[in-house]
Amino acid sequence: MKPIVVLKAVAFAAALLPAAALVYGYYTNDLTANPGDYITDQTGTWTLAMLVISLTVTPLRRITKWNELIKLRRMLGLFAFFYGTLHMLTWAWLFNLFDPTLMVEDVTKRPFITVGMATFLILLSLAVTSNRAAIRKLGRKWQTLHRLVYLAAIGGVVHFWWLVKADISEPQRWAVAVSVLLGFRVWWAWRTRPLPRS
Amino acid sequence: MLIKNAPDIRSSEITPKSIYLRRREFIQASAAALVGAGFGSLTGDALAQARTKLAGIKKGSPFNTTEKVNPFEHVASYNNFYEFGTGKDEPAVNARNFKTTPWTIEVEGLVAKPAKYALEDFIKPSVLEERIYRMRCVEAWSMVIPWVGIPLADVIKRVQPNGKAQFVEFLSLHDVGRMPFQRTDVLEWPYREGLRLDEANHPLTILAVGVFDEILPPQNGAPIRLVVPWKYGFKGGKSIVKMRFVERQPVNTWQKMAPQEYGFYANVNPQVDHPRWSQARERRLPEAANRTPTLMFNGYGDQVASLYTGLDLRKNY
Repeated sequence: MKPIVVLKAVAFAAALLPAAALVYGYYTNDLTANPGDYITDQTGTWTLAMLVISLTVTPLRRITKWNELIKLRRMLGLFAFFYGTLHMLTWAWLFNLFDPTLMVEDVTKRPFITVGMATFLILLSLAVTSNRAAIRKLGRKWQTLHRLVYLAAIGGVVHFWWLVKADISEPQRWAVAVSVLLGFRVWWAWRTRPLPRS
Repeated sequence: MLIKNAPDIRSSEITPKSIYLRRREFIQASAAALVGAGFGSLTGDALAQARTKLAGIKKGSPFNTTEKVNPFEHVASYNNFYEFGTGKDEPAVNARNFKTTPWTIEVEGLVAKPAKYALEDFIKPSVLEERIYRMRCVEAWSMVIPWVGIPLADVIKRVQPNGKAQFVEFLSLHDVGRMPFQRTDVLEWPYREGLRLDEANHPLTILAVGVFDEILPPQNGAPIRLVVPWKYGFKGGKSIVKMRFVERQPVNTWQKMAPQEYGFYANVNPQVDHPRWSQARERRLPEAANRTPTLMFNGYGDQVASLYTGLDLRKNY
C-alpha cells in the first residue's frame, strides 16, 4: 500500500478517538461531575485542534516536498466540521434546550457566541462545497471561498479567548499555533512572489 | 567464588519511559478498573486521599434542604480553587499534600478582641453543625453539599466588633511554597472576599471545616472556608487565615479582576445575567443540561431577601 494511503487511514482512526473517548466516558460514567461543560470543552477544543492540524498540511507539504500530503487536507477539514457540529449541537441542546428564542438571544447578546456561530457557518459552507462536483462548479472561486478557513481558525481562537474567565494560557497557545501557520503562508507568498522583470 | 556481575540493565529497558511518565494515569486507570462501573479515573486522586471523620456534629438544621445530595466524588473532584490550578480537576491532584496543621487565624481591625487563634481554639467554643445547602456557582452549575461548620455569627459575637465595623474581609492563605499556582498571576493573591456585617451575622452563613461528616478535603478549602449559600460560590473564600473587620466595603478578588462581570454582593439572581451567559437556569450536577431554573437568592429568599430591601440588585450584582 502506498504510504499516503496508510497515513490517511491512521489519521482517520486517530481523529475519531476524541469522539470515541466521549462515548466511552458516557457509558462508564466518567465525564467529570459536570458532563455538560466537559463535552462542550472537549468538542470545542477538538474543533480547534482539527482546524490547526488541517492548516499544517500545506506548510508540511512545502517543507517536505511530499505533495501527496494534500490528500489528507479535506478529510482533516471535515473532521473540524464534524467536531464543530457536535460542539454547536451541545450548545443548542444542553445550554439552550433547542429553544430558538434562547439561541437567538445567545447569538445576538454574547459576542463570544456570535463569533462561535459565525465560525461554525464558515465551516458549514466549506464542508458543503468540499466535494468534487462543487470544486468543479465553483472553479477559481472555490479557492477564494476556501481561504475562509483562515478566518475560521482566527474565529475559533477569539471565541475561546473571550470565553475564559481568567486563565488565558490555553487560548494563548492556540493563538500562537494559528499565528505561526498563517505567518508561514505570508512568508511563503512573499518568498515565491513573482519577481519584477528588469 | 561464583559471583557473576549482574548484566547492565538500562533503566529504559525496565519500564518504557512513556509508561513511566504516565504512571499516575496508569494508577488511576487501575483504580478505576477496580472500582468498576463507579465514578471513574477522573476522580481517582480525590478518592485516594485519607479521610477523617469529625465527631459531635449537630444534625437536623432547619436550614437543610431535602434535595438529593451530590456524592462525595462530585464535591471532592470538581473544584474552583485557582491556588491549585485553574482546571476543575486540578485542585484534587495538586492540593493532595497541602499541609493544614498547624493553622492560625488572625482576627484584626475594628474589634474589641483582636487576636491570633490556633484553628482548634477558634472552633472549640462552637458546636459543629451539619448544613445541607445548595451551592450555585457563577458558572451556572450547582450541587447540594452537606457542609459541617460553625455559624460565623458565633465567632463575631466572641471577637466583639465595635460600632464602626460595617464589613468583614476574609483573606485566604498566601504561601507560594504550599499553593503552587500562586506563582502565576492568574488572580491577585491572596484571594480576598468580603461580607456586609449583617450578611456575616446571618444564621445561614457558616465557616465550614468539613463535608460529609469528614474533615474538609484540601481541594474544598481546608482547613476552614466560608459558605454563604445565597451567594455565588466564589464568595466562599477557602483556606482562610485572616478576618478583618472594617468600615469600608472591601474589594473582593473577582470584582477587582473583572468588575463588569463580578460584583461585591454576588447574590444568586436569575434576572441578572453574567455578560457571557444567562443566569436564569442552571445545571444541577451531574445533569448535563441547563434544565433547573435558578431561584432568587438560590432559594433562600425567605431568609435573606429582607437584608436587601431598597438595594438595586441590578446595580449591586
